[in-house]
Amino acid sequence: MEESTCYHCGDHCGEKPLRFQNKSFCCNGCKTVFEIFNENDLTCYYDLQDSPGAVPKEIEGKYDFLSQDKIIDKLTEFRSDSIEIATLYIPHIHCSSCIWILENLNKLNHNISDSVVNFGKKTVRVTYNNENSSLKEVVLLLSAIGYEPYISLDDFKSGEKHINRSLIYKLGVAGFGFGNIMFLSFPEYFEVNEFWLEQYKHMFRWIMFVLSIPVVFYSAQDYFSSAFKGLKARILNIDVPIALGISVLFLRSSIEIAFDIGSGFFDSLAGLVFFLLLGKFFQQKTYDFLSFERDYKSYFPIAITKVNKKGKEVSIQVYDIKKGDRLLIRNEELIPVDGILISGRGKIDYSFVTGESQTVTKSSGDKLFAGGKQTNGIIELEALKSVEQSYLTQLWSNDVFNKEKEDGFTSITDTISKHFTLTILSIAFIATTYWLLTDVSKAMNVFTAVLIIACPCAIALSAPFTFGNLLRIFGKLKFYVKNASVIERLAQINTIVFDKTGTLTANKASQAIYEGEALNAREALILKNTLRGSNHPLSRTLYDILEANDIVTLDTFTEHVGKGIEAKHDNIALKIGSASFVGSETTPNNLNTTVHISSNDLYKGKYTFYNRYRKGVAKLFNQLKAHFDLVVLSGDNEGERDNLKKLLPGKTKLIFNQKPEDKLDYIKYHQSEGANVMMVGDGLNDAGALAQSEVGIAISDDINVFSPACDAILDASKLKFLYQYLRASKGAIKIIKWSFALSFIYNIVGLYFAVTGQLAPVVAAILMPLSSISIVVFTTVCTNILGRRLK
Amino acid sequence: MSVIYIVLTVSVIVGVGFFIVFLMAVKSGQYDDSYTPSVRILFEDELVKEKSKQSIKSKTD
Repeated sequence: MEESTCYHCGDHCGEKPLRFQNKSFCCNGCKTVFEIFNENDLTCYYDLQDSPGAVPKEIEGKYDFLSQDKIIDKLTEFRSDSIEIATLYIPHIHCSSCIWILENLNKLNHNISDSVVNFGKKTVRVTYNNENSSLKEVVLLLSAIGYEPYISLDDFKSGEKHINRSLIYKLGVAGFGFGNIMFLSFPEYFEVNEFWLEQYKHMFRWIMFVLSIPVVFYSAQDYFSSAFKGLKARILNIDVPIALGISVLFLRSSIEIAFDIGSGFFDSLAGLVFFLLLGKFFQQKTYDFLSFERDYKSYFPIAITKVNKKGKEVSIQVYDIKKGDRLLIRNEELIPVDGILISGRGKIDYSFVTGESQTVTKSSGDKLFAGGKQTNGIIELEALKSVEQSYLTQLWSNDVFNKEKEDGFTSITDTISKHFTLTILSIAFIATTYWLLTDVSKAMNVFTAVLIIACPCAIALSAPFTFGNLLRIFGKLKFYVKNASVIERLAQINTIVFDKTGTLTANKASQAIYEGEALNAREALILKNTLRGSNHPLSRTLYDILEANDIVTLDTFTEHVGKGIEAKHDNIALKIGSASFVGSETTPNNLNTTVHISSNDLYKGKYTFYNRYRKGVAKLFNQLKAHFDLVVLSGDNEGERDNLKKLLPGKTKLIFNQKPEDKLDYIKYHQSEGANVMMVGDGLNDAGALAQSEVGIAISDDINVFSPACDAILDASKLKFLYQYLRASKGAIKIIKWSFALSFIYNIVGLYFAVTGQLAPVVAAILMPLSSISIVVFTTVCTNILGRRLK
Repeated sequence: MSVIYIVLTVSVIVGVGFFIVFLMAVKSGQYDDSYTPSVRILFEDELVKEKSKQSIKSKTD
């Protein structure tokens, strides 16, 4: 039978696909979803996009906590006697089919009256009747069709989510003012001393004045407050000359029209504010679907099942867990607190924490750490600590998480603005003094003209447009940077610290090397067939690595939990598993994971598992080594040291056995020695280091799943291009310096008009937009060239 | 000659009118999600088409 892909989710169906209506499905779950859609005339879902679906997961009992009134209260944004509205985050939303099916939810459940998808944020806002339905029912419906919402502790904040739209309003006001003032100021530029114009120009001017008031006092207010803050902190930031320019423009223009001296500079004023805000808007580009602010709360569930003294199961909120509570963790649920396993077989996936996706088997009496995900049936554990005091969550009490990285960072614009402001002020005073001595009537005119023309619009625009554009180019190349300041900090990095597991190593596959007596063909055949029957992660990995073999039916097959597998076929009895199980005499003095094999009770050899490193890691390190200090910090033991040494350039520092706090302290120490550190990590255990470093980059195999708080998220497949990204950031700084030079030329021309006392409004009206626009064009073209080189 | 007052008034009213429409648009959240509507607009027809297709299919089955 030919390989076919699942009609619903697009996965390979394996050897025996399920058939339904001439379509293949990989599993019952997918088939069920198709049946649901089929019954409700919703199969158009599959016409919009091929195989858009996801396999629905087992969720029995998982959402029982949603019947609690208190929790519904927190999760819904509106609640009345008959109607509830809730916004749910659904990570699977990825194509137009998703939008279509989620907006047709009412066809699946008539109690849902409305559902609206926000594709960028991957949310769906569901309005439903709560008399006949409930939040739980909605969530179960979504899960049943493969769109399981992600409800985490993070959602457990009451209060409306506030959307800040003030920049759009300000931009709108400034644009409105700019356009209308332009119309009104044009006649005076072209028709001088014309009769009718002489009659009406006063009215025109006063209308311009009125239009400019909201522009100055509303649209430009951020510049004033920022300049004020800067001055208070004794920093001459770029907003100081801008605020000075805007106020001088407004005051001089108002005085000019009040005393009928001239027409004022209202058009330049409004244009200036409009362009500045446009730059801000451009820089504000954010990735809605990514969150850079996540802490453990985004990972942890809201509620958990507790077994009370009478042996009854109750849902309790995670924050209410006390020491000694007995908790029930179901399959696919996260362990919220440190605890001791009481019953059940724990197979814990710590990939959220360490990035390592190999599950760890735990048995009764073992200690379990918070953050692991149970992947095998139900377990019961006793809480040892409360949520905030657990091993992992403690990390967040560190001060570093309350600090903004932008504070204390002097941007390139601020550095230049200090010198710029001082220069302009001295030019203004020198020119004024000169005119005071020669022609007093012109002195004030010159003073204000210098401040107006020198208003550093072009300088202020250079950085936003360069970084904003680069941000977008990076985004297209799957390097998602939080904001412009991060690119600037990237350019100053001199030390790069990498996490090992999950960052340098690929998450899924590992390598296994066989040592010992070679297996003969028949033994190899049986080995492969034995592994086929086992679901243990190591068996699966080994099975994938071994060469394909014929399928034979084994005579006997027994799996010993926590030990190994025994199988028999044609009088060969294989034992596969731990050293003691197989009967190996050699005491294993090895830190790596091994699987031993014996045939007919004769020890054969062992497979040693090594991490598999991502493609291009060695090349990346070789590119980086000439420019940066490189460090690998790993939470694991030293088992990989030799392997890493072979792979990475000699001067790379390798440090093992690092706890989350150790990683943070390591970076702190190097920063105190003057290093600018970039941390590249992936798991929650790197969160402290990511926050402490100048730039923290989270590596992610799938950007839709969660990554810890960081400054940038890099798609794992693009890790090998890291050096190119760093070089591009440095290039961006160069572009900004060039555009500074360009804007100085404009300023010199403008200053010539200003100090000689011949700055007419029309000169300002031409020169100011011209300089702004040419800077925008220059930076955009340059960054695009930079971006093309990246590809 | 006083026609200029009328023209000015009209132009300002038109301008302010558009400005108010803009503010309303921002307030109603139109600028919060600039992608989904572009996909949504293409959907309406498919439901109808799909229904007729479905009925044909069930006849032939």
